[in-house]
Amino acid sequence: MTGLMAVFKRELKGYFATPVAYVFLVIFLFFSGYLTFKEGFFEFRQADMRPFFANLPLLFVFMIPSTAMRLWAEERKTGSIELLLTLPVTVTQAVIAKFAAAWCFLGIALFLTFPVPMTVCYLGDPDKGLIVTGYIGSFLMAGGFLAIGSFFSALAKNQVVSFILAVAACGVLVYAGMPSTLNYFAGIFGPGSVPVIESLSFQSHFDSVLKGVIEFKDIAYFVILIVGWIWACSIILDERKAS
Amino acid sequence: MISVKHLRRSFGPIVAVDDISFEVAKGEVLGFLGPNGAGKSTAMKMLVGFLSPDGGSATICGHDVVSDPVAVKRCIGYLAENAPAYPEMTVGSFLDFVCDARQIKGQNRKSALDRVVPVCSIESVYHQTIGTLSKGYRRRVGLAQALIHDPEVLVLDEPTDGLDPNQKHEVHDLICRMGKDKCIIISTHILDEVEVVCNRSIIIARGKILVDSTPQALKEKYKCSLDEVFRKITTTKKSA
Repeated sequence: MTGLMAVFKRELKGYFATPVAYVFLVIFLFFSGYLTFKEGFFEFRQADMRPFFANLPLLFVFMIPSTAMRLWAEERKTGSIELLLTLPVTVTQAVIAKFAAAWCFLGIALFLTFPVPMTVCYLGDPDKGLIVTGYIGSFLMAGGFLAIGSFFSALAKNQVVSFILAVAACGVLVYAGMPSTLNYFAGIFGPGSVPVIESLSFQSHFDSVLKGVIEFKDIAYFVILIVGWIWACSIILDERKAS
Repeated sequence: MISVKHLRRSFGPIVAVDDISFEVAKGEVLGFLGPNGAGKSTAMKMLVGFLSPDGGSATICGHDVVSDPVAVKRCIGYLAENAPAYPEMTVGSFLDFVCDARQIKGQNRKSALDRVVPVCSIESVYHQTIGTLSKGYRRRVGLAQALIHDPEVLVLDEPTDGLDPNQKHEVHDLICRMGKDKCIIISTHILDEVEVVCNRSIIIARGKILVDSTPQALKEKYKCSLDEVFRKITTTKKSA
């Protein structure tokens, strides 16, 4: 457990010791704000954060693999994985610690979007509960994307390859839930396939959390997704750490 | 303290380590010699619990490397071939991280740092980021990291590679001093080093142990310098 905490602390500090964190935060905050106001925040004339949250999945598809790609690919490339895994930590502990640090970092990024809810509160009287569930949903979704990203980072030694694979995988999971995709699949596999595909996608679970309802099935979806991909990540890492 | 039995590991079709067995006791400094690609590093990586063996077993201080790798890692200090570290960290924060992970706290940490930093001569670069250090300094930081918990077993992969002659001499002295109450394995290409620091040497080539003897006995047996002994053994056995 101490090993896990040590790795977690080092990782989180590591983000802020390199330009990674600052570049990420600036770009993320800029686009999350820009997309919110571009998508008609004022035109809706409603004091809620729907325009902000609605754009997050798309932003996450690109932004989160960019943080996740370095997690293991870099360690393997520089050889520091040999140092990390000869300290008294297990592979699983190291995987969890690194994931948790990156997730925490994304939590900080989400927290720094606080001017958006402040603006909404200044302009009107929004449903605070909706904002809170929106943030919980976003944080869980970030964890899901990150788990996928860390798996691909362990799979490919090259950061660019791991980035592209993670974007593709996350993109598939987001776009599978879009109405146009669902219509397309309904045409091929019949309308019975729609609920199946929909329930596999990020979009539908994220949307239902955004409505302010935290249901067991949505939380379970994200938890299973995170645990599953992390588990796969530690298996693949154990196999490939040396090559 | 180290007991290796029929250890084997292959990467795809290449057999890197092929059925090696040996034992090392406390007070021994074992030199691992062999041409490039002989399997020295692979064997060491298996001993420190980084790579899992395909077959055979190894126990370090009574702990099996496969079934209890964390206990093995606790009693081993390991310096890998390219002295890996995190380039964005300063030397001080890097050593703090290693202490964190190895549960060295409070007063113990202070005394560990006071012991290790002068021994590896890294006082002058203590606040510098590792990425800016020269190869020799980076290796010394790696050595400090391996010594910080005062381990019973030391595994050093080419510990003097990239060091200047003075530093080499100091590291040799250090190994000789520690060798009395520790169990040390070093791998090297430098045969003079073996004569100076090792009281036993194993020559391996293509994954197999060819010779397990002391440097003195080897010289007497072949009646020539260690360099020539090495060439004779590794070339004749290869062509055979």
